[in-house]
Amino acid sequence: MRTEALLAAALLTIAACASQRLPAAEEGGGKFGADWDSWRAGTSVSDLASVQRGARNFVSYCRGCHSLKYERWSRLGADLKIPPQLLEKELVPPGAKATDYIQTAMPSADAEAWFGKAPPDLSLMVRARGTDYIYQYLTTFYVDPSRQTGANNLRYPSTAMPHVLSELEGLKRAEFRTVLHHAPGGALTEEQVFDHFEPVAPGRLALTEYDGFVRDTVNFLDYVSEPTQLERRSLGVWVVLFLLVFSWLALLVKREYWKDVH
Amino acid sequence: MTVKTATGAAAPMPKAGAPKKGFRAWLNKRMPVDEFLASQVTEYYAPKNFNVWYYFGSIALVVLVLQLVSGIFLAMFYKPGEATAFDSVQFIMREVDWGWLIRYLHSSGASFFFILVYLHMFRAFLYGSYKAPRELLWLLGMLVYLALMAEAFMGYVLPWGNMSFWGAQVIVNLFGTIPGIGPDLVLWIRGDYGIADATLNRFFSLHVAALPLALIGLVALHLVALHEVGSNNPDGIEIKEKVGADGKPLDGIPFHPYYTVKDFVGIAVFLVLLAITVFFVPTLGGLFLEAPNFEPANPMSTPEHIAPVWYFTPFYAILRAVPDQRMGALLMLIAVMAFLFVPWLDRSPVRSMRYRGWLSRSALAIFAVSFVVLGYLGMQPAEGLYVLLARIFAALYFAFFFLMPLYTWLDPVKPVPERVVYHAH
Amino acid sequence: MADHAGVAGGDEVDLSRRKFLTRATIATGAVGAAFAAIPFIESWTPSETARALGVPTELDISKLEAGQMTTTVWRRSPIYVVRRTPDMVARIAGHDTDLKDPNSDHSDQPSYAKNPLRARSAEFLVLVGTCTHLGCLPKQRFAAGELYPSWPGGFFCPCHGSRFDLAGRVFAGSPASINLRVPPYSYPKEHLLLVGADEKGAAT
Repeated sequence: MRTEALLAAALLTIAACASQRLPAAEEGGGKFGADWDSWRAGTSVSDLASVQRGARNFVSYCRGCHSLKYERWSRLGADLKIPPQLLEKELVPPGAKATDYIQTAMPSADAEAWFGKAPPDLSLMVRARGTDYIYQYLTTFYVDPSRQTGANNLRYPSTAMPHVLSELEGLKRAEFRTVLHHAPGGALTEEQVFDHFEPVAPGRLALTEYDGFVRDTVNFLDYVSEPTQLERRSLGVWVVLFLLVFSWLALLVKREYWKDVH
Repeated sequence: MTVKTATGAAAPMPKAGAPKKGFRAWLNKRMPVDEFLASQVTEYYAPKNFNVWYYFGSIALVVLVLQLVSGIFLAMFYKPGEATAFDSVQFIMREVDWGWLIRYLHSSGASFFFILVYLHMFRAFLYGSYKAPRELLWLLGMLVYLALMAEAFMGYVLPWGNMSFWGAQVIVNLFGTIPGIGPDLVLWIRGDYGIADATLNRFFSLHVAALPLALIGLVALHLVALHEVGSNNPDGIEIKEKVGADGKPLDGIPFHPYYTVKDFVGIAVFLVLLAITVFFVPTLGGLFLEAPNFEPANPMSTPEHIAPVWYFTPFYAILRAVPDQRMGALLMLIAVMAFLFVPWLDRSPVRSMRYRGWLSRSALAIFAVSFVVLGYLGMQPAEGLYVLLARIFAALYFAFFFLMPLYTWLDPVKPVPERVVYHAH
Repeated sequence: MADHAGVAGGDEVDLSRRKFLTRATIATGAVGAAFAAIPFIESWTPSETARALGVPTELDISKLEAGQMTTTVWRRSPIYVVRRTPDMVARIAGHDTDLKDPNSDHSDQPSYAKNPLRARSAEFLVLVGTCTHLGCLPKQRFAAGELYPSWPGGFFCPCHGSRFDLAGRVFAGSPASINLRVPPYSYPKEHLLLVGADEKGAAT
C-alpha cells in the first residue's frame, strides 16, 4: 500500500510541476531583460461579462484585420448568452449570416503588401502563445520613430502590427539602460536592457481602464481558442466524482474477495 | 475450501466438467469456450504476491481499447491531407457533438499509454521478469513498444500543426544518416521532396490501419507467451515449482476472480486520473498537447524549440548529446535496441531486486534517474550546461546496459526464500 | 494448512455480501458505461457545419413566371417551387377517386398544406422534389394530356413510374404510397419565399 501511495504521489507531483510550464518559450522580449513573470494576464474565461466585453472589443478594434475563422457568430452568441437580435445588430457585420464564420474585411493579399505579412487568424492564438503573452504584447507597444509603423513592441520586437490601440492607450516611450556584460571570451560587451516606460501622450482610456480592456479582449480570445472549455470543466466535476465512487465500490469488492487469500 | 452461505450452510459449488445444457452445450461443441476460459482465466494461476507494479499491464490493455475506439471515431471526422487536416481537427473540436471529448481522450490516452508502458517495463527490471524462461515474453513486449513508438509518432503528425510538421521533418531526416541508402530512403519514406501531403496520407493509413493491427497481434502474442510460462512475481520465485496435492501452485491463486477484481480497482483509479486530465488539464502544460501545434504547419517557419513529445525526449537527448549527426542517430538506435539484449546481459543468479545486492540496485536506480533526467533535458534547448548534463547522463544510461554483465555477476546477492512473501491486504 | 493453492480453507465467507457488492459495482459500472457511450453515439448527429448549412433557404419568387417551376435546395433535398396558373389550379380538382390520399391524411406536410391545394395559397406550390417511393427526382409534366389523354398535369417519376398531380398528390397505380412532402415554408416578405421556417420558427 505504501509503494502505491508513494507512486501516486510522485506521479501527481510530476504532473503538477509539468502543468506549471508556460505554453510559450521566451520569444525575443526575454532578451530585453523585462521581468515577464510578474506580468500576468490573470484572466478567467468563466467571467462571462468580461468575455462579452472582449467580444465587443474584438469586433470594434481587431476584426478589421484579424479573422476568427473557426468561430461562428451564432456559436459566439449562444456561448456568451447574447440574444440573437443584439448579436445581429451589434456584432454580425451587414451581409453576413449569423451562421457564418467570423471573417475579416481585409483581403490578405493587400495586408501582406501593406504590413509585410498577413495579420494572422486569432482563433487559436491563446492556445499557441498563452494569455500572458497576448496580454504582454498588447500592453508593451511603444513609440519608435525608426520603424515604418512608428511603433515597436517589447514582447515581440519588430512586430509588423501597428499600435492600433494607441487611440485608447495613449503613447509611451521605452527607456533602456546600458548594461555591461562579460562575454565568454572575456571581452566587455554592452547590452541595452529595458528599464521602464515613459508616457508620451494620454489616450481615451485611463491606464487601469485600458488594462481592463486588454484583459477582457484576452479573455475573449481565450474563450475562442477553446469554446468548449467551460462545459468541459463543469462536466469533469461530475465524471471525476462518479469515478471516485466507482473506485471505492471496486475496492470494497476487491477486499471482500481477497479475504480468501492468505 | 468450503464456501459457506450467510446461514452457515455449505454453499453448493458447480463441479468442473458437469454436463452443460442448452446454448452453452451447443456452443462448446463447436468452439472450446469453457475450456479456454478455464485454462486462461478461472483455472489459470497467478502468484498471490502481486503488488502495485503489476497493475500497469492490464491498464495498458484498457488504454489500447480506448485508443482504438476513440481513434475509430476520430477517423470518421478527420480529413487527411495538407489542405484539410488542421481544419478538420478544429471541426472535431468545435463542431462535432462531443468531438472535443473524443479528441482529448485520444491525445491523453496516447501519453498515458507511454506512462503505463514505462512503468510496466520498469517492473520487469525490478523483478527480473525478462529472465529465462520469459525472454520471448520480453522481446514481444519490446516489439509492442517499438510499434507503439511508430504509432505515436505518426499519430502526432496527423493534426498537421507546426510541431507535427517539424517533428516529422527531424525524425524522417534521421533515416538519412544511414550510410549509402540514407537520402534515397528519406525520399522514399516522404514520397516527396519535403514533408508533404504524400507523407501525411501514408502516415494516416499506417496509423489507422496497419500499426493498430500489428499492435493487436503483438499484444495477443505477448499474452500467449505470458500464459505459457506464467507470471513472475516480486520475489522472483517460480510458483510452479511448489504445487499442492491438487497440482496447483501453492503460492498461486486463480486469476478470476482474484485478479479480475483487483485489476478492476487499478483500472478504476486510472480512469480517475484520465478523467482529471481530459476534463481539467488536457494539454498538461504543453506536455500532452504542445503549444506550437496549435499553429498550422509552416514549412517556412520553425518553432523556437523543436522537441518531440515527452515520451521520446530521453532518446532525443541522447541523439543531441553527440556532436556528430550520424553517430548521434546510431547511439539513439542503440539506446532503444539495448533493451532487447537485457535477458542475456543480466548475469545475476537471482531475479528480483529484493534479493540482489547494492551493485544491481544502484545501477537500476541510476538508470531510472538518468532516463527521467534525459527526458527533461530532451525538452530543453541544446545549449550551455544542458549539453554537458546530457552527455553525462547518456553515458550513465549506456553504462547500465554495457556494464550489466559485470556488475550483475559481481553483485553480492541474498538468499532467495522458498515461498513468496505475502502480507494480507 | 492450505488445501487449495493460495486460498486458505475453512473460512467464513459471506456469500450474500459478496454477491451484493459485486452486483452493486457491476450496476454502477454499467451506468457509467452507458453514460460513456453517449458522446460517441451523439457524435454521429449532424455537426454544427451540417446544421449551419441546413438553415432555411431564401428564394426570390418575383421572377418566376406563371406555369414555371424552379428548383432550390434545403437540407440537401431538392425543393420544387411551382407558380401555378389558374388553369393548373382548376386541374387539381375532379380526380380525387384516382388518388391514394386525396386529403393528405397519411402524407407529410405542415398544417397549412393539409388541403387539396397542398399549399398556403393557390398560386405557389412548394414541394420536396423527392419521390416518396425510393427517392428519385420526379419530372414535371404540367400539360394536360401529356402522359395520356386523361392526364390532368403534374409530376412523373421516371424511376418506377409514380405519378403525382399538380398538388403533389399520388395517383393510384403508382409504386409510391403517399403524396410528395411539403416542407415548412413561409413568406416573410412579399416575393420572398423562406423554405424551412414558418410560424413555429426554423425547422429543428
